[in-house]
Amino acid sequence: MDKKLTRDSIFQILTAVIAVSAVIILIANTIVLVTGSEIAVGRFGFGFLTGTNWNPVVGRESFGVLPYVLGTLLTSGIALLIGVPLSLGIAIFLVEMAPKAVKVPLSYLVELLAAVPSVILGLWGLFVLRFWILNYIEIPLNSYLGWIPIFSGTPFGLDFFTAGIILAIMIIPTVASVSKEVISAVPDSIREGAYGIGATKWEVIRHWVLNYGRSGIFGAVILGLGRAVGETMAVTMVIGNAVGPAAMPVTFFQAGQTLPSLIANGFLEAPNPLEKSAYVGAGLVLLLISVLINVVAHVMVTRVLKVKGGALE
Amino acid sequence: MKTATKIILAIVAIAVIAGGIIAYVYLGTQGSTTEAVTLNGAGATFPQPFLSATITTYTTQIKTNLKINYPGGGSGQGIQSFTNKQVDFACSDAPLTASQREAAPNALHIPETIGAITVAYNLPGISTGLKLTGPIVADIFLGTTKNWNDPAITILNPNLDLPDHAISVVHRSDGSGTTNWFTKYLSLVSTEWDNNVGSGTSVQWPGGIGASGNSNVAATVTTTEYSIGYIELAYALQNAVPVAALQNPKGNFVLPSLESTTAAAESLPTSGLPSGSASWESVNILNAPGDQAYPIVTPTYILLYQDLSVINGMDMNKATELLQYIWYVIHDGQQLANALEYSTLPSNLVQINEATLNSITFNGQPVPTH
Repeated sequence: MDKKLTRDSIFQILTAVIAVSAVIILIANTIVLVTGSEIAVGRFGFGFLTGTNWNPVVGRESFGVLPYVLGTLLTSGIALLIGVPLSLGIAIFLVEMAPKAVKVPLSYLVELLAAVPSVILGLWGLFVLRFWILNYIEIPLNSYLGWIPIFSGTPFGLDFFTAGIILAIMIIPTVASVSKEVISAVPDSIREGAYGIGATKWEVIRHWVLNYGRSGIFGAVILGLGRAVGETMAVTMVIGNAVGPAAMPVTFFQAGQTLPSLIANGFLEAPNPLEKSAYVGAGLVLLLISVLINVVAHVMVTRVLKVKGGALE
Repeated sequence: MKTATKIILAIVAIAVIAGGIIAYVYLGTQGSTTEAVTLNGAGATFPQPFLSATITTYTTQIKTNLKINYPGGGSGQGIQSFTNKQVDFACSDAPLTASQREAAPNALHIPETIGAITVAYNLPGISTGLKLTGPIVADIFLGTTKNWNDPAITILNPNLDLPDHAISVVHRSDGSGTTNWFTKYLSLVSTEWDNNVGSGTSVQWPGGIGASGNSNVAATVTTTEYSIGYIELAYALQNAVPVAALQNPKGNFVLPSLESTTAAAESLPTSGLPSGSASWESVNILNAPGDQAYPIVTPTYILLYQDLSVINGMDMNKATELLQYIWYVIHDGQQLANALEYSTLPSNLVQINEATLNSITFNGQPVPTH
């Protein structure tokens, strides 16, 4: 009896240590980012968030992260806009429609897409996808709908739009497989009841299944967004790496930069403390954005649960 | 039967493992009879084709037991790794600035070769013959000259059918010595560039696409129609990308080549150059005065510490190997430069380098250089 108790308490202590260390790592990260960005944030203050310059030339130093915050939000937005409907389509097909012989291999393949290293997707984006997007999407959109501001400019394929599409491909496995689990978890009694009152397949999926699983699907989308916001390598390879005011998003077809690609491009070789500190500051802003997304997601998921109340539980 | 198979399998397994161990021990002792030394460098991609050629020749024909890694990374990264003492030697096209010299005390500059920075372009149907002046290049990179058929460009190129298409500018996204000299040249020829952008290893580009390293800029120019970018001459040749003839101070339009690079290198003063331990910031052969001199030419530097013991893992043997290799680069290795369109070092620079290398010590002891 005693022996068992000690074993249990050892196990308890071990798990506690592991759980606490995750929190400590996050806190340590934040401390390092805050102290590391002190020089830049101290010098530019609030202007570090609203400034558009990224000028490392000696004597003209000025750093602001606004273009990269907007670039991060824009590319992630494009990724969600394209990736989420596709993922939902995949999930619905796999759960509701696919015959067994297709279902198993197909869901395995979709999950396998998550195993493709981002640098491979980036290379493929740079050498293959870029030209498809340029010739079949960007140039036609630009020449026929160029009067719409977001399609204006001179397309060359290394821009926000291509980065958004690469990100869409990267979030599909996450969003699709989590949504698939959520939809499978919808009890059959719901479907049977809906069919029983004469609903068509489309109506059952649209009004009952998706509605029932919406907080779970929302969670899947947030997971995808988290991946899109933090993705570095593939984005850096296709986004065109503009800096300063030139990176302010005006059109989809323009070179820009996200916060992670900015850091990847410049941090390692930043030659002086002020510039280095500005890159750390960009990291801090990225962390804040991620935390914000998660908090908003948490609030929204609980609110959805509350509104739907007992119907969901 | 089953037991017999198991036994046979066990014997085979043991034999394979034992064989492996014996082979490992045997080869291991063979290898250790002459100790292998690995030298690590990093930095500029500008001289990388030349350096790689010297490394291949040196380690296959002269010191077969030596391994030298030079992955490039850009001058910015080279200076950073050098300052942090993470590499045995670094390369930078930009000489160290006063504050960088302060951060890396007792750093030595060893000019290793002289190369040209080309203005490369991608114009469908036009594979040669584009002429540009420095101020026009500055206007293109500033974004004030936006179209290929801008009168400023067409008037210089009456024979070319320049398209009515926007120019896509390609620049470096990493800290780069090539950027340093290219922007220094633009600041020299255009006050507007000097006032609005300035010069350095990385600047705030007014527009365009960023790519990291000379080779990625070359790849981006070759794959992006109507683009223009700046790359070191060897990369332009390797990628067969067309380059513009630039107007030099004598008024001649000169294509970048070994001859025009050498013509510019001849303007280096024959006396009064700094010693290896002094600042090289003032050494500059942009807009060299020769009739056929190409205007954007620069020496590029190897950086070493005056006493090599400051670098982790350095010993006398390794220090000797390092200095002998660099001695080779500035002497026999120079023969490899011309084939890659770099200019060979003038003799006064070689003499300065010899004095610099001979002054290097390890823990205060002189290190044999050749």
